[in-house]
Amino acid sequence: MIGLTHYLILGTILFSIGLYGVLAKRNAVAVLMSIELILNAVNINFVAANRFVAGDGVIGQLFSIFVIVVAAAEVAVGLALIISIVRHKKSVNLDDYNILKW
Amino acid sequence: MYLLLMPEIIIALLGILVVILTLILPNKGQEAAKFVTTAGIIGVLVWIFSNFNREASLFNNIYLIDPYASFFKMLFLTASLLVILSSFKYVKKFGRRTSEFYAFLLFTILGMMIMVSAGDLLTLYIALELMTISFYILVAYVLNRETSQEAAIKYLILGALSSGILLFGISMIYALSGTTVISEIALCLREEPALISAVVLLLAGFGFKIALVPFHMWTPDIYEGAPINVTSFLAVASKAAGLAAMVRFFMISLDLFWFDWHLLLAILAAATMIIGNLIALVQTNIKRLLAYSSIAQAGYLAVGLVAANDYGLKGVLFYSMVYVFANLGAFAVATQIENDMESNEIEAFGQLGKRSPFLAAVMTVCLLSLAGIPPLAGFAGKFYLFSGAVEGGYVWLAFIGLLMSMISVYYYLKVVKVMYIGKAEKNAPLAIEFPARIALWICVLLTLLFGIYPVPLTVLTRNAVSLFLG
Repeated sequence: MIGLTHYLILGTILFSIGLYGVLAKRNAVAVLMSIELILNAVNINFVAANRFVAGDGVIGQLFSIFVIVVAAAEVAVGLALIISIVRHKKSVNLDDYNILKW
Repeated sequence: MYLLLMPEIIIALLGILVVILTLILPNKGQEAAKFVTTAGIIGVLVWIFSNFNREASLFNNIYLIDPYASFFKMLFLTASLLVILSSFKYVKKFGRRTSEFYAFLLFTILGMMIMVSAGDLLTLYIALELMTISFYILVAYVLNRETSQEAAIKYLILGALSSGILLFGISMIYALSGTTVISEIALCLREEPALISAVVLLLAGFGFKIALVPFHMWTPDIYEGAPINVTSFLAVASKAAGLAAMVRFFMISLDLFWFDWHLLLAILAAATMIIGNLIALVQTNIKRLLAYSSIAQAGYLAVGLVAANDYGLKGVLFYSMVYVFANLGAFAVATQIENDMESNEIEAFGQLGKRSPFLAAVMTVCLLSLAGIPPLAGFAGKFYLFSGAVEGGYVWLAFIGLLMSMISVYYYLKVVKVMYIGKAEKNAPLAIEFPARIALWICVLLTLLFGIYPVPLTVLTRNAVSLFLG
């Protein structure tokens, strides 16, 4: 029988993959995709918790819809920024963005 | 009911109005945007001040209006007003996009105002994102400058990551309690081991927003790359907003018995004070210096939340208000220097004491207040925070705080030294425009006033924190 624990474990695995991607990937777009993975892990948690814990409530489902909307807004700004940087630098590699340090 | 939401509604409408204004009047709109924004903010500030003690909870407890929220709303509005006044000249750099700058500034204020009033984690999250997404755009505002873009992409990636971590923590709290209303969580929360990881994730998420030490790495880069008026607003207001939401959430929802987050936060606060102050010692750029100093100040503020008693919480509110005037005063001077010299290096301050005695005096007062030298306001604030820590049994934390405050005097005075006995790169007297002069006077006078006679501010903070102390 699949219960809340299984979904939470799935969410945690997805979260860890996303975190690994953010830390290890060098391509700015791939990093944004990894952040999406983290947010999807959150969505799984919310929907599962809503089903198993909250009973009749819908706040978990609502929360995940809001997360999807906000994530879209965030990515829109992120991609716009990346486009404007690529026009200057001709590179999406985060290691090249190194003017500011120490 | 909607009358209670008037401040938020007005700020939202004002933001939209400012955008529309430039569409109708392309040239005059840019100038008008300044005045409309300033007037609107002053109006809302007065409105909130006159309704300071009003309490209400709207929409089934998901939106709370209480003195605590009002206090922080006043803080954000004051901070934005000072930023706008001190950068009237600086925004000319933005050219055609000036009015949109004001619109985004208003949206960040809206986000912060909703954030401190949020009684539900969903509201809190949406408000937080409204604030941060607007800030991503503001940080990138000088699009043709590479540092600005780089700062923005770094802020975006780290900001989105920290929101993700915060959300994961929230989702676990939801899984353990079945509710997201802050006042109900404490009643329904099941105390299982998973709660520990949830609290740690939440601390990491909030810690990023207020720049506590293991999560502080973004601060110096973004502060240096962003336009200086955005930096100053980011440094005081977004930090205060994150802290305000964190205090409300941790004090009300996570009043746990078997897992002591106070100790964990105490360690973070200690590390923040030590690392922030030590790295600041070697900085040569004023924005980076103030960035590391603001990391250290976040450590002092966290001490108050660790203590979580009467003195500590009052200290958090008192110190964050005092920090607004001291830090914005310093940033306002740095803005004038950047207008004049096109530089943020500390050497650019050379002989400021001769070129403009007023600016040098303001900078000195503000920096000494940040260092916590009596009789300035910073001293009174630190006194509250550290007495709270001692009373709460964290003597070692208060000791580290005092020691690090002493060290911080060194790098603050280094700037003062350059201003009075440094080498001058320019000798011409420095002219200050009228609005900036007002902002500088407000900062310096209030810093002195709250240091000598803190009673008006303590009365406000006492009313504001009464909700946590029953």
